[in-house]
Amino acid sequence: MKLQRKNGLRALTVGAVAVTGALVLTACGSDNNSSSNSTPSASASAGGSTTSSSANASGISCATGQVLASGSTAQQNAIEAWVKNYQQACSGASINYKPSSSGEGIVDFNQGTDAFAGSDSPLKPEEVASSKKVCAGGTGIDLPMVGGPIAVGYNLPGVNNLVLDATTLAKIFNSQITTWNDAAIKKLNPGVNLPSTKIQTVHRQDESGTTDNFTKYLKGAAPAAWPYEHAKAWAGKGGQAAAKSSGVAGLVKQTAGSIGYFELSYATASSIPTVKINTGAPQPVEATSANASAGIASAKVVGTGADLSLDLSGAYTTKAANAYPIVLVTYEIACDKGNKASTLPLTKSFLNYIASSQGQGMLSSAGYAPLPTEIATKVQSAITALS
Amino acid sequence: MTTTAPPPTAPPQKTRTVTRPGDRIFSGLSRGSGIFLLVVMAAIAIFLTYRAVQAISKDHGNFLTTFEWNASLNPPVFGVAVLAYGTVVSSIIAMLIAVPIAVGIALFITHYAPRRLGGPIAYVIDLLAAVPSIVYGLWGALFLVPHLRGLNLWLDKYFGWTYIFHKQDPNSAPRSLFTVGILLAIMILPIITNVSREVIRQVPRMHEEAALALGATRWEVIRLSVLPFARSGIISASMLGLGRALGETMAVATVLSASPQLSGHILDPLGGTFSQNIVAKFGEADEFGRDALIASGLVLFIITLLVNGAARIIIQRRKEYSGANA
Repeated sequence: MKLQRKNGLRALTVGAVAVTGALVLTACGSDNNSSSNSTPSASASAGGSTTSSSANASGISCATGQVLASGSTAQQNAIEAWVKNYQQACSGASINYKPSSSGEGIVDFNQGTDAFAGSDSPLKPEEVASSKKVCAGGTGIDLPMVGGPIAVGYNLPGVNNLVLDATTLAKIFNSQITTWNDAAIKKLNPGVNLPSTKIQTVHRQDESGTTDNFTKYLKGAAPAAWPYEHAKAWAGKGGQAAAKSSGVAGLVKQTAGSIGYFELSYATASSIPTVKINTGAPQPVEATSANASAGIASAKVVGTGADLSLDLSGAYTTKAANAYPIVLVTYEIACDKGNKASTLPLTKSFLNYIASSQGQGMLSSAGYAPLPTEIATKVQSAITALS
Repeated sequence: MTTTAPPPTAPPQKTRTVTRPGDRIFSGLSRGSGIFLLVVMAAIAIFLTYRAVQAISKDHGNFLTTFEWNASLNPPVFGVAVLAYGTVVSSIIAMLIAVPIAVGIALFITHYAPRRLGGPIAYVIDLLAAVPSIVYGLWGALFLVPHLRGLNLWLDKYFGWTYIFHKQDPNSAPRSLFTVGILLAIMILPIITNVSREVIRQVPRMHEEAALALGATRWEVIRLSVLPFARSGIISASMLGLGRALGETMAVATVLSASPQLSGHILDPLGGTFSQNIVAKFGEADEFGRDALIASGLVLFIITLLVNGAARIIIQRRKEYSGANA
C-alpha cells in the first residue's frame, strides 16, 4: 500500500511536470513566421517580370510575386491600406505584412524570413552588423516612411482647450505636478477654469516604440524636468499602466482627470480631446497630420550612405508656426545591396509606390503624417538604388 | 480477539500465460509513448534552463530580489520579486473567493436544488469555462473596473486600518491585484465547482442515510458525512483552479496596472504577475530579453511545482482521517 501510494505520488508529480511544462511552453512560444520565403513558382515569375514598363491606370508600376514582411504595429493601418491598393492595381502580387512588433520585425529580417521589416526605431549598430549575414555584400538600411503625431489625450470635464508645454508635460508624467489647477498649468491656460482634481497619468504597460518616442521628446525638449533616458519601457514615476495604445486610450476615456499618450488615430476614434502644445510658436500647436509633417521637416538625416535614419531632436524643439513637436517616424528596413533576387522586384516596386506622393497622400486620412517632400525625395532615390 | 485460521493457500499456478503479437506490440507502443513524453519533457527542461541560465548570468540586478524588469537596458537589470509576489497574492485572493463559492454551488446542485434547477445551473457553470480569457479581460477592464470603485472606497473607509485594504490614492482606478483576484476567482469557479460536484456525488449514500437515521439535520449530514469524505477531492479541485490562476495571462494583462512596486496594499494599482510580464515585454524583446522572460517562466514553473507538491502532501495526510478509505 505504502509503495503503491509512493508510485502514485511519483506519477502525479511527473504529470504535474508535464502540465506545467506545457503551460510554460505555450506562454513562451513565439509564433514563428514560418511560411516559406517565397514559393519557387512565384519567385520564378517575379524574376521574369521586373517592373513592367507599362504603368497601369492607377499609376503604379507593378511587379509580381510574393513578399513577406513584419514589424511595427504603429504603421499597420498605413501598410494595410497600401497593400490593399497595390494588390488591387497589380494582379499577381501578394504582400503579407504581419504586424507583430518592431523588435520581432528586426529579428525576422535578420533571420532572412522578411523581405523588409517595419520598425519604430532605426537599426542598432549590432543589428546592422548581423544584417550583413542576410544582405550579401550590403547591410540593412532604414528608410523613413510613415510619420505621425503622438497625441496627448486628456479627460477633464468642462475643459476642451488645454495647452501644455514640454516641461509641464514632463512634470505631469513624472508625478511632480499632481493637480489640474497647479500654477504651471494655470499659467499656460489663462482664463480656463481648471478643477482641483488629482491628475491620473496613464502610460503603456508593454514595451513600445510609442513610449520610446514620447520619452525621447520629453528628454529632448525638457531635459531638466525629465531625468530619465528614453526607453521602450516606461520609466516615469506614478500613474497607471495599460496594455497597448487602445488600452491607454480606453482608460483615459473612462477616467475623469486622466491624461495619456497615444497615436492620433486613437484620439480621433474615441473622440478624446488632445493637448495643444506651447512650443514657443505664436499659437499653441494642435496634434494634426499636417502639423506633424511640418514638425518632421525639422528632422535631420543622420544615416550614412544609403541609410536614411532621422534625428528628430530638431523637431522636438522646433518653434516654427504650426509645427507639432511630438512626432514619431517609422522605418521600413531592407538591404541596400544583396536583397534576394526572388523578392527584390516586388519589394522595390511596393516601396516605390508607398514613398511616392500618391502613396504618402493616403496617410493623413488615417491619422498619420506624410513625409516632408525633401525627405521623401531622398527615400525615393534610395529605393531606386536597392539591388 | 479471535484469530481466524488463514485460508489454505492455493498452490502457485504454473500455467504460462499466452502472449500474442498484439499484446507485445501494444505494450511496446504504450511504453514508447511514455518514454517519448519523458524525453520531450527533458528536452524542454534542458532548453529552458540553458536559455534561462544565460540570461541570469548577465543580469546586473539580483534575479530573485530586484523589483524592476529592464532586460533591454545596458547593462540589463531585472528580477522576479514583484512578479512572484503579485502572482501568489492574486492567486490567494482568487482562491479565498472562489473555493467557498464553488463548494457552495456544488453542494446546492447535489443536495439542495430540485433536480429541475440543478441541471441548468451545472450547465451555466460549464458555460463560464468556455469563455476565452481575453474576453474576461475585456469585460474586467471595461465593466468590472469602473463598477468596483464603490467597493474599493468602502473597503478603504471601513477596513483601511487593516493595512491590506488601505488605498493610498482613493481616486485611482481600481486596476489592482484585488480586482485581478476577483476576476481570476470567476475564471476558476467552473473547474473547482465541477470537480467538487463530481466528488460530492461519490459520497456513499449509506453514509448520508446513516447520519439521517441518527437524527442529523441536512446541514449536519453535510458537515459530518459529505464534507469529510469529499475533502481531499475538493482540495484537488482547488489545486486545479490554482494552477489556472497562477498561469492566467491575458485577463491579468488587460486589467492590472502593472508597475515594478511591491506593496501590501492590495487595492493600489501596482504590481505584476509572471505571465502578465511575459506578454507585456515579449513583443519588443530582443533575443536576450526573450531569454530573460524564459527565466521568469522557469520560476513560475517551479512555484507551480511546489504548490502542487504541497497539495499532494496535504491530500495524502487527509486521506487517513477522511472517509475515503472506508
